[in-house]
Amino acid sequence: MSIHLTRDLEGLHKQLLEMCGMVENIIHQAVAQLSEPSYEEARKLAVQDDAIDEFDVRIEEDCLKILALHQPVAVDLRRITAVLKISAELERVADLGVHIAERACGMLDRPGIHVPEKLKQMAQKAVEMVHNSIDAYVELDSALARKVCADDDNVDRLNVEIIDEICQAMHDSPDLIEQAMHLFSASRHVERVADHATNIAEDVVYLVEGEIIRHRTYIQDKNLQAQ
Amino acid sequence: MLTTFSELVEQKQPETATNRETSAKPPATKIETKDLSFFYGANQALFDVTMAIPEKSVTAFIGPSGCGKSTFLRTINRMNDIIDGAHLTGQVLIAKEDIYAANVDVVELRKRVGMVFQKSTPFPKSIFDNIAYGPKIAGMRKKSMLAEIVERSLKRAALWDEVKDRLQDSALALSGGQQQRLCIARALATDPEILLMDEPASALDPVSTARIEDLVFELKQEYTIVIVTHNMQQAARISDRSAFFLQGRLIEVGPTKQIFTNPNEKQTEDYITGRFG
Repeated sequence: MSIHLTRDLEGLHKQLLEMCGMVENIIHQAVAQLSEPSYEEARKLAVQDDAIDEFDVRIEEDCLKILALHQPVAVDLRRITAVLKISAELERVADLGVHIAERACGMLDRPGIHVPEKLKQMAQKAVEMVHNSIDAYVELDSALARKVCADDDNVDRLNVEIIDEICQAMHDSPDLIEQAMHLFSASRHVERVADHATNIAEDVVYLVEGEIIRHRTYIQDKNLQAQ
Repeated sequence: MLTTFSELVEQKQPETATNRETSAKPPATKIETKDLSFFYGANQALFDVTMAIPEKSVTAFIGPSGCGKSTFLRTINRMNDIIDGAHLTGQVLIAKEDIYAANVDVVELRKRVGMVFQKSTPFPKSIFDNIAYGPKIAGMRKKSMLAEIVERSLKRAALWDEVKDRLQDSALALSGGQQQRLCIARALATDPEILLMDEPASALDPVSTARIEDLVFELKQEYTIVIVTHNMQQAARISDRSAFFLQGRLIEVGPTKQIFTNPNEKQTEDYITGRFG
């Protein structure tokens, strides 16, 4: 492999790792806000998110440059496309982190409703999925990546249960609707974080095995029906 | 209980025909080799190559210099016959017929299997005579028919518009890219079934290369094309299937899309990503 491509790929890898570290940090802090909301902390997250946006743009530019200049194939091609997609997913995770913190703060002035334990649990699971998907990328561990994909079902289930609870709470106490809507959004944001972790994990499986597993069940079902 | 959005969608939209690929019949095999080994005297250049090449498609041979890909290409129209001490074992079949069988007329075979080389090799004759040469030695004398063949061949090779007003000019006055397309036109004049191309664009500038590549794409509608190339991107762009050779052995053959995104063999991956050696 040419020295130029090696150097560019290493640079890209380093940038993505740095971005991973920052995004993990943001999502950790955002989830902590669910227990102890603070305007001050939420503002800090928004500032950190700006840095993530810059990372996202820079990584995309670098990927495009490598594609144009080196026309990589096989594992190199899979690496570039995976990095390109993972960076976009991480950028969304950081955005959601900021949104979760905003929703947590939204409840500060409106007491009367508590963040359900289940939501905190789900948030921990989602954070763990982000962490594992990043680990899977770093270690090129497709088994761990597949585990992350499987974990998403648990988060989805929790989300449905939480939303049921919130609906019930709104039904019982209509005066709490505003607070409940904040919780509702927070729960959806956390669920989306888990979805993005799943997408990252799917990209890792493609990077390692060259197999696109996205929408797998859906496509298989369709094919079975067609037969 | 919540109704999910996807459940709502499924309730409202009855199943329609899926966009699943229909199971199209696989194309017939045009060229087939069975345990093909080739020797230059005592040196073995190919080792037990077994491969099937489908008709009306482009197959690219890739691999480092000296890996046997050109030798393999030349066995398909028996160009190696003229090399002293060269011999082969195994079989080469075209449309299921063994082209090394005793009753095969080699001149007839080479009409069916045209070849284009790395360096363009126009005859020092007019453009018209270059194209008409093959049909003429095959016995065609009628001028109107020859003119028709020349026009058709030049059109197929995407050269007609550039040379139609100077068919009697020397072919040597054409540019490198035009000379190469002239050679393709010359190969097409005998109405072959197969076109072998040995690095047809390696001596050309990017614009002429692109024209040859476009041409290959057009020609595969009618011909089975086998191309040797050192240009990895070219193989990836223009071929349907790729075969990777190393030290006289066929390491891997498969759909180009798969070879260039997720090859099965480590050696293929090392070569195409430049990690070789």
